[in-house]
Amino acid sequence: MQTSAKRHQVGLFVTCLVDMFRPSIGFATIKLLESAGCDVNVPSTQTCCGQPAFNSGDKATSIDIAKQTIEAFDGFEYVVGPSGSCISMLHHYPELFAESDPWHARATALKGRAYEITSFLTDVLNFDDILASYEGVATYHDSCSGLRELGVKQQPRTLLAKVANLSLNEMEESETCCGFGGTFCVKYPDISNRMVENKSANIDASGANTLLGGDLGCLLNMAGKLKRQGHAIEVRHIVEVLAGMTDEPAIGDANYNLGKAV
Amino acid sequence: MQIESPAFKENARIALHDVDLQKALGNLKAGFPTKRAAAIERMPEFDSLRDEAMQLKNHIIENLDLYLEQFEENVTKQGGHVHWARTSDDACKTILDICRQVGAKTVTKGKSMVSEEVNLNEYLEANGVTPVETDLGEYILQLRGDHPSHIIAPAIHLNLEDVTEAFHEHHGRPRSSDPAVLMQEAREMLREKFVAADVGITGANFCVAETGSTIIVTNEGNGDLTQTLPKTHIVITSIEKVVPTLEDMTLFQRLLARSATGQEFTVYNTLSTGPRRADDQDGPENFHVVLVDNGRSEMVGSEFQDMLRCIRCSACMNHCPVYGSVGGHSYGWVYPGPMGSVLTPKMIGIEKAGLLPNASTFCGKCESVCPVRIPLPKLMRHWREDEFSKHLSPKAARWGLGGWAFFAKRPSLYRLLSKGANRALRLMAGKKGRVTKLPLAGGWTDWRDMPAPSGKTFMEQYKQQQR
Repeated sequence: MQTSAKRHQVGLFVTCLVDMFRPSIGFATIKLLESAGCDVNVPSTQTCCGQPAFNSGDKATSIDIAKQTIEAFDGFEYVVGPSGSCISMLHHYPELFAESDPWHARATALKGRAYEITSFLTDVLNFDDILASYEGVATYHDSCSGLRELGVKQQPRTLLAKVANLSLNEMEESETCCGFGGTFCVKYPDISNRMVENKSANIDASGANTLLGGDLGCLLNMAGKLKRQGHAIEVRHIVEVLAGMTDEPAIGDANYNLGKAV
Repeated sequence: MQIESPAFKENARIALHDVDLQKALGNLKAGFPTKRAAAIERMPEFDSLRDEAMQLKNHIIENLDLYLEQFEENVTKQGGHVHWARTSDDACKTILDICRQVGAKTVTKGKSMVSEEVNLNEYLEANGVTPVETDLGEYILQLRGDHPSHIIAPAIHLNLEDVTEAFHEHHGRPRSSDPAVLMQEAREMLREKFVAADVGITGANFCVAETGSTIIVTNEGNGDLTQTLPKTHIVITSIEKVVPTLEDMTLFQRLLARSATGQEFTVYNTLSTGPRRADDQDGPENFHVVLVDNGRSEMVGSEFQDMLRCIRCSACMNHCPVYGSVGGHSYGWVYPGPMGSVLTPKMIGIEKAGLLPNASTFCGKCESVCPVRIPLPKLMRHWREDEFSKHLSPKAARWGLGGWAFFAKRPSLYRLLSKGANRALRLMAGKKGRVTKLPLAGGWTDWRDMPAPSGKTFMEQYKQQQR
């Protein structure tokens, strides 16, 4: 156990979807980071990474949000989030500023400190002391941004291999986009639907009873489709399984108590 | 070709429900990507060749004027002629003039996407010259009055039955669904055309500056007959196809074949260097190269410069899940898929082509397979920026984005908004844990459920715990 003085100072980038839809992913991320020897803080001035504006061509808003995020995470040794997509967006921040702009250097510094959770645990901390157990056959969807922009491929699998009682059945085309694409899924709903139909067929054919992934946007899309089609497959974010926090019903499966809503 | 890009969404909707098209697209998916992967598996240095090719292309684009002048000088030295065409219209007029000078009635054509781009066939027909496509795919399309839906496999949207019907109707022979019989039939029909043609028109995959040569890379051999038999050979190609040396050309040939069809080398790689010489056994008496600009020179030095590296291999569309779902015709103009979504707005205007660069999840698969590492998602995003700054994107989307941005830039207000939305979604979901119909988000709930939030927002719960 490291002494407090030597513990890594990590700022958690919660991501707007985790904040709104599935807080347990945030808490599972904190639990994993703490067990890997980090002190975790959650800056309250963070909102969204700005990707909806960036990908809609609204550069001015992207710049405002980038500055806000850079300031929110000033002083942290690392910035870690449970999403390859949002962390990739943080990696795009330097593109928003001219090289002569002082913000460019700050954005570049943030980029160098920002990691997706499974990549941070594996590549930076060399941590694989996973104590969780999960009864089930899982299949893993490689979300696009994490895979192609951050090189997240082996890291989640390395960590999942440490989970007791869990086996992994790879699906066909695990690297093919699920059709979420942020605003794409509402701008081109029928094309998005075809893509997620293909994905759900591959998930189903894998024989797994649990779908895992590292990005809540994609997971909401795939869970939404699987549930609409009547599949019993459980959909979870990988950190829930790694942190042993799977008591909560899976995504879209809930029997939440209505009384607690307000 | 008529521009139908503004109808992309309608085209896509029809395509998604077209059973025959979906069957044909299934073949594409199983074909090219699998073969490409196997070819690359056998070539460990593939990625370093991509880096080399990218750097070489960047060098060429930065010195495009020099290499083009050198190319022109050497074509002229070999006894050929170079014609510069700033626009599609210039290109068509130049070619028609050459046809008229030699009194041409019919011209045979090898496959050329640039000729599609400038709408050459319609122009020639309207002016009394009959073009005959000799690439098998293009020939089938011409019989059907159809257009290519893919840049290297133009008839990929068709099935065998479509070919059977087209041949039966136009050749007047008994129906056959045996590919070998159909192939033989096409051969017989085309053989007469090759011999009768006054002019042969081909494209060029590359133009070699040091020798003044053009090259076509094909798998059927039709291009060779097209350019060797008639008295006049016209090459129509575009300015970014120039490469400095023959050696440089071979680097691109290696990447092109593997990226396109998964072949180690394309079957026919035919160089044309000037007209027939006294001791040549065959070849044309006249050799012309029409170099088309059509907006390309404006891309030099712009945010779209990287697109000029494209060698038209089609790997981006072969691997694109959007192209794979809706097919090439949905894009409504000559160049489909990711590369088309960058080029088309440049050539027909972002006002007409705005839906194309938006039709991407930015999954990045295209960039990951591009042999010259074109950052296609980034270039599509540049078009979205252009569209946004010109206020061309739909009003509802702009308002939605503006409202969201107002809150996202104000963390305390954002907390209130997310808290409110969180409660609303949970109330709507009730005990099911998901919402099946959501006002203003029909695009989502028409096709899938919306999983409800599992409890209070993270920020609320975190704050409570910190107390």
